[in-house]
Amino acid sequence: MAANELLRISTLSVSFGGLKAISNVDMTVYEGELVGLIGPNGAGKTTLFNALTGLCRPTSGEIVFSGKNLSKKSAHYISRQGITRTFQNIRLFKSLSALDNLRIACHQNMSYTFLGGILKTKNASRQEEEAEKQAWAMLEIMGLSQYAHERSVNLSYGNQRKLEIARALVTKPRLLLLDEPAAGMNPAETQELLHLIRSLRSDFGVTIILIEHDMNLVMNLCERIFVLDYGVLIAEGSVEEIRSNEQVIQAYLGADV
Amino acid sequence: MTKRNIVVTALLAGFYLLVQLLAAKRVLLPYDLQILGLICINIMLAVSLNLINGFTGQFSIGHAGFFGIGAYASAYLTVVHDVPFLIALCAGAVFAAVIGIVIGLPALRLQGDYLAIATLGFGEIIRVVILNIPQVGGARGFSGISRATSFGHTYLFMILTVLIIKNFISSYHGRACIAVREDELASETLGINTTFYKVSAFTLGAFFAGLAGGLFSHYMGYINPAANQIGFLKSIDILIMVVLGGLGSITGSIGAAIFLTLIPELLRGLAEYRMIVYPIILILIMLFRPAGLLGGKELSWDALSRFYQRFAGKRQKQRVTGDGSE
Ligand SMILES: Nc1ncnc2c1ncn2[C@@H]1O[C@H](COP(=O)(O)OP(=O)(O)O)[C@@H](O)[C@H]1O
Ligand SMILES: [Mg+2]
Repeated sequence: MAANELLRISTLSVSFGGLKAISNVDMTVYEGELVGLIGPNGAGKTTLFNALTGLCRPTSGEIVFSGKNLSKKSAHYISRQGITRTFQNIRLFKSLSALDNLRIACHQNMSYTFLGGILKTKNASRQEEEAEKQAWAMLEIMGLSQYAHERSVNLSYGNQRKLEIARALVTKPRLLLLDEPAAGMNPAETQELLHLIRSLRSDFGVTIILIEHDMNLVMNLCERIFVLDYGVLIAEGSVEEIRSNEQVIQAYLGADV
Repeated sequence: MTKRNIVVTALLAGFYLLVQLLAAKRVLLPYDLQILGLICINIMLAVSLNLINGFTGQFSIGHAGFFGIGAYASAYLTVVHDVPFLIALCAGAVFAAVIGIVIGLPALRLQGDYLAIATLGFGEIIRVVILNIPQVGGARGFSGISRATSFGHTYLFMILTVLIIKNFISSYHGRACIAVREDELASETLGINTTFYKVSAFTLGAFFAGLAGGLFSHYMGYINPAANQIGFLKSIDILIMVVLGGLGSITGSIGAAIFLTLIPELLRGLAEYRMIVYPIILILIMLFRPAGLLGGKELSWDALSRFYQRFAGKRQKQRVTGDGSE
């Protein structure tokens, strides 16, 4: 792997009052990688994503993305630098159609002014057409075209997860954070998701960090795995290394693995 | 211009000409004309508040404060400084917008009930400040304002307001406002600066409320700082129009503004029962259509024709199956 560093987290800590949800985590992710982030419930995985996307402030430490320090930046700024995510408990724009969910996500690709929008200038119309095209293309890729005008809350659980991934992809991220995308999916849907995530990387050239409880999925997909336990990074390495790591087995995998 | 735009323009112009004609023939009396002007002003207020409350989801109940700022500031300019009416009108709206930014920046950090209470408070502060400025008449009210506003002014500015807000809403900026209403956190992770859009919507709303205020004070020739003119009672009036028409529906706000401006006039004969009938209508609507009459949907030719087709299709199906169980 061409070792082109994309994300470097150093001695990152996040505290909520007395609770240290993340403590002194160091992590490096390289361009084009698909890495897994695992750990028991409450280990701090989602909190790490929140810190990475600017939804919560790190107490200390640094997040450097593609050479830029993002530690104290706002969430929308971070998104514009190329990091975006999905949520463990789906956060679609519920009352809006699938198509509108994606059209909203085209936000960063658009640039006309308030006045341009009010006067409906040529430039504004062109950008609107472009956004609409992008949204339809993404629906097509995800196989969601037939639900374009359906309110997103009415989609099946699996399709809502897919739509949320689609929405994130429309922003053209360089780093995509997926928080338990298979949670609540049936085995068939999970299998489909596995193929989808694989193709995302090759089709969109996006680097992915995946939080997942489904061990099969993680072991199948990811080249490298990070393990969090009580906010501490207790292991990192290849699938094989993680499988045979004593500490990981004790903390998380249980005796049966 | 598309065919539809031409038709709409023709209809709007036709309505204006009809009103002028009826006024000239004395079928419409000056009082009726005044009601029509007030309807236009209330439409401006309701649609601009809907931008804040309905589309952006920031529950403000201080809208009359901006109305008051526009009304007083423009009147102060025309009366005391002899500024031409249209310039004073725009200046009043800009002033309201500036105060909108000043209030919006701190207030919009709050959410839900807290935001509502804060805007209510700010609205009352504005009223009390105006009440204590002797140059604009203090508690006695501000009289001697030139009646520079015609029905045509209110009609034109109402159309402009609706058009601008409608176009704003359908731009990506407007979609960002809707995204803020739907889910602030998710919006941020998509690169939307939620604070910016909240304050923008609030400011734009304040601007048009200020514009409506300037039209109003120069329509009536007099304005006073009572709660039902520029205070919380007026704010509640506007809020009811928005809620009744449907949060997030421009056509709903227009319909509700027309209805709620007319109903006190229609019920005038029943003066004693007015304050009973009026709340009952509201309660019934809240019971049966809690999302407002249009509930976020827009009334348009497309929607009407879809509805008609569905209706016609249903009848056809009924004929085929031969029963009404569908
Ligand atoms: N906003 C918050 N306020 C207080 N405590 C929180 C907050 N978010 C997460 N936590 C706590 O931080 C710990 C880590 O949570 P989380 O990151 O959601 O774990 P995971 O995603 O690994 O299951 C948990 O103990 C959780 O209760
Ligand atoms: Mg989690």
